[in-house]
Amino acid sequence: MGDPEKKKAALRIPRQKMPHLGLHLRKTTFQEVPLGYSAKQARLEAQRCLQCKRTVCIQGCPVLIDIPAFLQLIVDGDIIGASRKIKEANALPAICGRVCPQEDQCEKTCVLAKKGEPLAIGRLERYVADYEREHNAVEVPPLPPPTGKRIAVIGSGPAGLIAASELALKGHDVTIFEALHKPGGVLVYGIPEFRLPKKIVEAEINYIQSLGVKIKTGYIIGMLYSVDELFAQGFQAVFIGIGAGLPRFLNIPGENLCGIFSANEFLTRANLMFAYDFPRADTPIVVGKKVVVLGAGNTAMDAARIAIRLGADDVCIVYRRTRAEAPARIEEIQRAEEEGLKFHFLMAPTRFIGNDDGWLRTMECIRMELGEPDDSGRRRPVPIPGSEFIMEVDTIVNAIGSGSNTILFRTASDIERSKWGTIVADEETGLTSKKGVYAGGDIVTGAATVILAMGAGKAAAVAIDEYLATL
Amino acid sequence: MAKILEKTILAPKIVRMIIDTPEIARKRQAGQFVIVRISELGERIPLSIADADPERGTLTLVIQEVGKTSACLNEMEPGEEILDVVGPLGIPTHIENFGRVVGIGGGVGIAPLHPIIQALKRAGNHVTTILGGRSKEFVIMEDEMRKVSDELLICTDDGSYGKKGFVTVVLQELLDAKTPIDFCIAIGPPIMMRNVCKITKPYGVATYVSLNTIMVDGTGMCGSCRVTVDGKTRFVCVDGPEFNGHQVDFDEMFKRMETFKPLEDEAYRRHQEQMKKKPVRKVAMEGD
Ligand SMILES: Cc1cc2nc3c(=O)[nH]c(=O)nc-3n(C[C@H](O)[C@H](O)[C@H](O)COP(=O)(O)OP(=O)(O)OC[C@H]3O[C@@H](n4cnc5c(N)ncnc54)[C@H](O)[C@@H]3O)c2cc1C
Ligand code: FES
Repeated sequence: MGDPEKKKAALRIPRQKMPHLGLHLRKTTFQEVPLGYSAKQARLEAQRCLQCKRTVCIQGCPVLIDIPAFLQLIVDGDIIGASRKIKEANALPAICGRVCPQEDQCEKTCVLAKKGEPLAIGRLERYVADYEREHNAVEVPPLPPPTGKRIAVIGSGPAGLIAASELALKGHDVTIFEALHKPGGVLVYGIPEFRLPKKIVEAEINYIQSLGVKIKTGYIIGMLYSVDELFAQGFQAVFIGIGAGLPRFLNIPGENLCGIFSANEFLTRANLMFAYDFPRADTPIVVGKKVVVLGAGNTAMDAARIAIRLGADDVCIVYRRTRAEAPARIEEIQRAEEEGLKFHFLMAPTRFIGNDDGWLRTMECIRMELGEPDDSGRRRPVPIPGSEFIMEVDTIVNAIGSGSNTILFRTASDIERSKWGTIVADEETGLTSKKGVYAGGDIVTGAATVILAMGAGKAAAVAIDEYLATL
Repeated sequence: MAKILEKTILAPKIVRMIIDTPEIARKRQAGQFVIVRISELGERIPLSIADADPERGTLTLVIQEVGKTSACLNEMEPGEEILDVVGPLGIPTHIENFGRVVGIGGGVGIAPLHPIIQALKRAGNHVTTILGGRSKEFVIMEDEMRKVSDELLICTDDGSYGKKGFVTVVLQELLDAKTPIDFCIAIGPPIMMRNVCKITKPYGVATYVSLNTIMVDGTGMCGSCRVTVDGKTRFVCVDGPEFNGHQVDFDEMFKRMETFKPLEDEAYRRHQEQMKKKPVRKVAMEGD
């Protein structure tokens, strides 16, 4: 933006506010909360971009979307062009626009952030992707002639979906094997409808299928077939993107009382199985009057907001550190608070106490203080001796974190794993200790983000394509 | 999708189905199970694999109507498709030549016991099988069981067939008679499995049970199936379904299995009311 007048004018435009669903509907339905920009808002917001020569925003993006270029296309009125520009780097913009932690990525490095509020890059990403989909303008790009090479992708979360689509775009024959009955990984079983509508995930998956990717649901690799059997069936390379789907428990007394759920169980019932629609849907879910969610990440916020919508009187977070250390996106914490979520910081349960029928009634907690920094660089919470107290609670959702599921490795012990159970893979290519086997996403990094999983899927696809060329 | 090929009614509210699932049929081993879902808004329920025919590519399921989903499943007819069948799940039964084995099946638990007994027999064990049911009509698969057992003992709660009493009465008699038992496996209602374990424990007879807890995914992802075994939390879907019965905390398991009871009963009641309103469905005849 050479013209200083234009630049001044741009700086005068305030960051456009995201319109939200009314609070009553938010607390009682599963409708999406942020409603998306209007055309006018989108244009105004895009005009705020200074088109800097040093594109620091791109460096903040894990998949290097050409952000200034897509913003300029919005200003020029070519919304579909803007969406396609993003898709050159990111096949799932409608999803990333909704769930990426932009405040730690592109919007963090945005120059405007220094002078005031950063450009709302995520909201614009969502806007252009929604526009393209709603105008039925999604096109299947021309595919190269088939190479005849076959690749098996295990797991259909963001890592697997992107690896599959990238490989299909290179002309390879890709089959995804997914354990659950619906593809999408955390995008369908974990992240709730009010944050990521399932029809959007479905549309993205349909797009990937239109590239020729086959998706086989209800296939548990490790049980039905081993990785070696996949090779024996004629697959020439395998990508593993099985996520971090193992619930972690606290191992304290009373943890198996009724009313204590892992976040995975609670979220899966509510999201994948539509338990909020019981009895129209067959899967039940129960929430009591007083719900405590343990942990303060995105999973915890999602679980808490589901509990609010299911009619709990009182929902609160119990977290052993403070607000400053909470890993959830600030935006999600704010929205949850608006909906009535309360927080208890520096506190952790020490045991759960039930009634004669085995139902949770109270829990004993202990207060914490912050001590020396730990491995994660955050100050370690230390219990304060003698500070125990009893708190009433009838439902617990445990969202303290997740580890890696081992079911695949029962029949694939030759794939090297770290002491945390994650797969040891080359950072750049995703290559594992086994020839022809690549991995990426949460199974390599531990629970992380959608965009990092996608980035890993993409990098592995490049490496697999090169590997196949050597065969 | 798995097509239902055959359906037989074994007892009131107990149906045997043969379904077309070639990949699982080739892979499954005794003791494993599948998870099925029958409609888009349906729940996922675990069902033991009663038998398999790898050549024909079929699985045999024996389903007892206990709630809405099992009722709907049992109302399905040959030719119809089950939306999802996932498996095989769980760790297969550990089969070896223990010597003298007692297998105990109660009610619909007789079905999954069959392939296990068959495998134990093939491994060279001397097998005594005890079958129990509420009344004569609930003692299912008697002929099949007789074929794979050295000795077959039958009892019914009401005495309408075989000895009168629970399977535990028959088992106690064997123990009283100082019958040597090297290994015992019991599959049936949870109360039956607990009572069997109570009886064998003082005699130090290794006793395994196959647990049927609440499940969602069946892959170790949710923890809804967790039980306490030997003081440790285990997942029935991936660590089981068979466990050393003397180490299982049955009390806790019974309570956990009641978690959703009021809701499940409500769904079942609604379904039964709906079925009453519907005209009776004509069973498809050959050539229809
Ligand atoms: C509740 C919740 C909220 C979140 N919110 C955000 C957010 O707002 N923003 C963000 O960036 N990230 C968020 N995350 C994290 C993000 O979802 C994950 O980092 C991301 O989904 C990881 O992708 P993945 O492809 O590695 O694995 P997953 O999405 O976990 O997918 C793995 C898939 O593999 C399948 N699978 C596992 N084992 C097998 C097997 N043996 N055979 C076949 N299939 C198998 C699983 O069923 C699953 O479908 C959230 C996570 C959760 C749980
Ligand atoms: S059924 Fe989910 S972990 Fe066992």
